[in-house]
Amino acid sequence: MKKFSYITMAFVALATAFSGCKDQGGKSNGALSSNAAERVYVEPGKYDEFYAFLSGGFSGQLAVYGIPSGRLLKVVPVFSQDPEKAYGYNEETKPLLNTTHGFIPWDDTHHPDMSQTNGVLDGRWIFMNGNNTPRVARVDLTTFETAEIMEIPNSACNHSSAFVTENTEYVIAGTRFAVPIPQKDIAISERKGNFKASLSFISIDKDNGGMDLAFQIRVPGFDYDLVHPGRGKSHGWVFFTTYNTEEAHTLLEVNASQNDKDFIAAINWKKAEEYIKEGKFKTEATQYAHNVYDEETHMATSTIKKEVRVLDSSELPGLVYYLPTPKSPHGCDVDPTGEYIVGNGKLSADLTVHSFSKMIDAIENKKFDGEAYGNPILNFEDVLGGTVIQPGLGPLHTEFDDKGNAYTTFFISSEVVKWKVGTWEILDRKPTYYSPGHLSVPGGNSRKPWGKYVLAMNKITKDRYLPTGPELTQSAQLYDITGEKMELLSDFPTIGEPHYASMVPADIIQPKSKKIYKLSENKHPHAATTDAAVKVERDGNEVRVYMTMIRSHLNPDNIEGIKVGDKVYFHLTNLEQDFDVPHGFAVIGAENSELLVMPGQTETLVWYPKKVGVWPFYCTDFCSALHQEMQGYIRVSPANSNTELNWSLGE
Amino acid sequence: MFLGVLLPLLLFVFPLWKITLEAPQYPTSLGMLIYINDFADAHPHDIKNINLMNHYVGMKYIPNAIPEFKIFPYGIVITTVIGLIIAFMGNHKWYLYWFIMMVLVSAAGLIDFYIWEHDYGHNLDPRAILKFTNEDGTAMGFQPPFFGTKHILNFTAHSYPRLGAYFLALGIALGLVAYFVGKREKS
Repeated sequence: MKKFSYITMAFVALATAFSGCKDQGGKSNGALSSNAAERVYVEPGKYDEFYAFLSGGFSGQLAVYGIPSGRLLKVVPVFSQDPEKAYGYNEETKPLLNTTHGFIPWDDTHHPDMSQTNGVLDGRWIFMNGNNTPRVARVDLTTFETAEIMEIPNSACNHSSAFVTENTEYVIAGTRFAVPIPQKDIAISERKGNFKASLSFISIDKDNGGMDLAFQIRVPGFDYDLVHPGRGKSHGWVFFTTYNTEEAHTLLEVNASQNDKDFIAAINWKKAEEYIKEGKFKTEATQYAHNVYDEETHMATSTIKKEVRVLDSSELPGLVYYLPTPKSPHGCDVDPTGEYIVGNGKLSADLTVHSFSKMIDAIENKKFDGEAYGNPILNFEDVLGGTVIQPGLGPLHTEFDDKGNAYTTFFISSEVVKWKVGTWEILDRKPTYYSPGHLSVPGGNSRKPWGKYVLAMNKITKDRYLPTGPELTQSAQLYDITGEKMELLSDFPTIGEPHYASMVPADIIQPKSKKIYKLSENKHPHAATTDAAVKVERDGNEVRVYMTMIRSHLNPDNIEGIKVGDKVYFHLTNLEQDFDVPHGFAVIGAENSELLVMPGQTETLVWYPKKVGVWPFYCTDFCSALHQEMQGYIRVSPANSNTELNWSLGE
Repeated sequence: MFLGVLLPLLLFVFPLWKITLEAPQYPTSLGMLIYINDFADAHPHDIKNINLMNHYVGMKYIPNAIPEFKIFPYGIVITTVIGLIIAFMGNHKWYLYWFIMMVLVSAAGLIDFYIWEHDYGHNLDPRAILKFTNEDGTAMGFQPPFFGTKHILNFTAHSYPRLGAYFLALGIALGLVAYFVGKREKS
């Protein structure tokens, strides 16, 4: 009997030990037990399922990641110079960064948005805003290069930008700051009533993506924070959140937070098109740069345009309506059906959702509750579609899946909350690490979301990674949203500060990605597309070197007759026609950068020889087994010397 | 017999042979198609890229044209005309002669192909950047296989006939069949 009880006790002890282990395991290895690791692991040589385009924030660039792995695939230089790729340093891309303020080598990028066809992401172009010196860029998704940049006149901090209508009719660009229009020397304290805002509509060429500033709508001088075009039933409208309807000019954290409600501005752009057709616009003199990169000449040109067509909302009825929305709303998001417009009132405890059909009804029945500078204000109760009650603190942005759910980030309470569109019921909440801004579901701001993941982009990482001194990375966190509850799968560091991201299934873009530029289509005026075209020409103190690069030599690799005080243009043409064989070019003492020339492309580096001697140049990209041999000499003679211009290879 | 005689004309449409080179750095293989009158890229720029690779070991550039490209098409046209005359004559013994002639012409073509390949793979620039030797100390050649698959340094080379060659072979075989059919009908 005694023996039996010992055995029983032993069993009990063992069982307790095992179950104890199991419990502990379940808690500490949550990711492993739910095989999160497997779900983000992409085998070597295999591809990610989605492309993610994340704005680089204050880096000024666009980062391309693979999802679910979070692997960084490319940083596309857009508004900032990039010495790695010679972007903004070589002669070909400098014009892209030209503005009416001169050459501006940096900007603050926020919202990449992809072109759409019938409300579905089509993978042709990414449009992205530059906040600081107001600009909108177009990135071509066959080359993953910046193809066009347009400066936005009458704008100051181009934040409510650059979002795309459902057939890419327009890219919308609003202004966060109101300013005097036209600009003038005026006391800042006279802001209220005197400063105005402009909402720009850039039309997009259906075939080549070319941008044209079609018109601007002049609106009262509030801060226009974020924007989303309507879709489906609300196609033809566009919705802006506003704050600082107080029109304060100082200590905005207090003075712009006094009104209980600010507005969502609903703009009827189909009506605007009618007014344009009827000629009811004013043509105003202004100046803005329009910069276009030509893929055949491999060069950008910058043109200063001098006029803009303006529709004044206070004089043209039916263009603008204001929907009262609590507490300085930030994100303005439209659900896939186009019926609901979410105003993420960042200082509110609740989430306000307006109904498009109720708004139309209120407009048709003229149920107005006052006006702002001649623009009707609708009744809050008349347009309210629903309220998500106390979902969290500090709602910023909302995206949608394909099952009628919405996902909202909460900056202050640091979480993502899932709720049901229509019933406004809260379904789930998961913490983020820490303080997310935007979030992104593939296609989550279009008519067709692919509701597999949500990516939350965090402003703060604190203790999440190995520390790197005072400056830490920011991060993106990936959640699986296929189940009832969201599951955190992974997080990964990002470049700059990611604001918004556009995600799309890889197969929409992958087959169209270019491998090379065709040498036979190279129309660069200084290209040497064959070795026979290699030459060095002098015109006064300007010397042009027409050089070719192919495995594994630069032609010519010996140059003589250059003099101190010359301005030397190295025009490098990569003769390769094979995938992934770029060649680089660097020359000692260059004040700009290297060149990184893709197969079939021509790029130009300007070099000022300052010292007499024989100086090296070489290929910077490990191109082949004989890469180290891909080098040459340039002889620099005194300014007054008679050394003959001479160039050679293999002599 | 008519069919047999006409089938080799398809050589003007379909390639005769294909040489394919595979290597880890070329997830899409490099390939060269050999037509009766031309060399062609299997994918755009393949021949240029094969040349780029091969210059490291001192191999000559694959020429845009070789003299055979002028001779072969005449050969095929002439044998076809002869074949057609024979087919009209309807004498089955001549079918056999045509068959033998075609076999000899094809064999000559293949021998020529082999000689070109051998020269291409062995007649190397003495100033070649990379020189390899066989175990016995002789200079390594880079001749692609005549028929089949062969490993050459980091490449796997395949060399196989293509549709054009199959039509030629089928045409020749039909000539022989026509001979036997004709013979049986007569007896």
